[in-house]
Amino acid sequence: MDGLTPDLLVLQLFTGLALGAIYVLLALGMSLLFGMLTVVNFAHGAFYMLGAYAGLVLLGMGFNFWACLIIAPIIVGSLGMLCERFLIRHLYGRGIDYPLLLTFGLSYVLVELVRIFFGTSGYPVDTPDILQGASDIWIGYFPTYRLFVIGVAVVVLTALWLFLERTPYGLIIRAGARDPQIVRILGIDVARVWLVVFGIGTGLAALAGLLAAPLQGTSPEMGSTILAESFVVTVVGGMGSLVGAVVAGLLVGVVVAMTSLFAPEMAQVAIFALMAVVLLVRPQGFFGRAGLMS
Amino acid sequence: MLKLEKLQAWYGRSHILQGIDLEVNKGELVCLIGRNGAGKTTTLRAVMGLTSRAEGRVVFDGQDILKLPTHRRNGLGLGYVPEERRIVPGMSVRDNLRLGLLASHHTAREADVIAEIAETFPRLAERLDQDATTMSGGEQQMLAIARAMVSKPKLLMLDEPSEGIMPVLVDEMFALFARLRDGGTTILLVEQNVELALGIADRAYIMDQGEIVYQADAKALLADAEIQERYCSV
Repeated sequence: MDGLTPDLLVLQLFTGLALGAIYVLLALGMSLLFGMLTVVNFAHGAFYMLGAYAGLVLLGMGFNFWACLIIAPIIVGSLGMLCERFLIRHLYGRGIDYPLLLTFGLSYVLVELVRIFFGTSGYPVDTPDILQGASDIWIGYFPTYRLFVIGVAVVVLTALWLFLERTPYGLIIRAGARDPQIVRILGIDVARVWLVVFGIGTGLAALAGLLAAPLQGTSPEMGSTILAESFVVTVVGGMGSLVGAVVAGLLVGVVVAMTSLFAPEMAQVAIFALMAVVLLVRPQGFFGRAGLMS
Repeated sequence: MLKLEKLQAWYGRSHILQGIDLEVNKGELVCLIGRNGAGKTTTLRAVMGLTSRAEGRVVFDGQDILKLPTHRRNGLGLGYVPEERRIVPGMSVRDNLRLGLLASHHTAREADVIAEIAETFPRLAERLDQDATTMSGGEQQMLAIARAMVSKPKLLMLDEPSEGIMPVLVDEMFALFARLRDGGTTILLVEQNVELALGIADRAYIMDQGEIVYQADAKALLADAEIQERYCSV
């Protein structure tokens, strides 16, 4: 353990937060979909992957990275809305396993389509010039791009919070998550609300995928590993809880980063060990409501 | 205003409403009474489009609304306060009231509505920023009624509003229903508290086993102990 200084630990903590930021964006969408629509979205990883590929295509068309950050989530979010409207909507109220199976199949279809159009091997994605290199964060130099990822997550979280807590539409979404029937009784078309929520959830997944692309490149399978990890985050935070998604996302990111420092081969295992411990102590997760699944 | 013709309704496989005919005229307060399980709640839910299946006709303001989704029925002027009140937990009184206004077809301004609420429901006006589910059962019931009223429905349907509420508040609530009716709101009231309900109602229907078994002028029924005994006593 030579050279293990407090500075190194803090830097690794930041690495964990950057990774956690990606988890948070994914888990927020998942939790939103589960909390509101009771849809366990197994295609979430596929939408994450589509975000990266949408970015790849847009960059190839000459758009700059900043434009891609806006356009790619909108394109993928729209695709998510189409999937909700024409596939998933018909399964509401039929039990949790129907949409689960449908999205599971959908993820295979989406991954296969990407394989057909883009090939099975991945592509690297360049970090935008301005975000290359490292920045001085007092305790040492930290990759600028990772700082940027943390920043984007903070901005998105703030925007989402303001949208949900401070706008009439947010009020409808929050009420719909608790009691969709009374919202209908009061004259609001809940189906349209759910469509928008699906767009937001899949759009967030796409943003996460695009942000991850410069760090790890793209590949048709990039969504499958992170899907499992995001499920862990969602479960640890409490299914349906947005605060839980944020706290657990950052925690899992930090746990992975710290484990990689001491025992890299244990990093994946550590995630699931963390989940096992949390579930033993608190089966509903940090912020979950008990009995949500029953 | 509301006319049910041979209305049948199901929950899953259970056939609850066996074909009922019922009419509520403009400006009337009609009450629907009967034992537990007679189908009163299902009748209101079928009018709102909340049963899994319904057949027959539900005519509201001259239009058959049987196939319309629930939110569109509200848009036509049907207000409904379900038995469980359905106050949204974790939200303030104000946000619960705003929810009643947010449908695109409602155009009233929030400030005006709050001012009106303050007049009709002074207790709620004092508690606008309180978490609604921390209020007493009676106050929550008042909130549920106020929330249904903010959109100024033509017909207000109330399901067991007096259930689990202090008697002193129940009297206050029934006085309010009579005032609402006198102010032009048509009301269909489902109630276990038969005497109170008949005391303010114009007409009454009695249900038993998914059918309307008796209908009469409320005053006449109030005086008819035998009929009350036959269909309403537990």
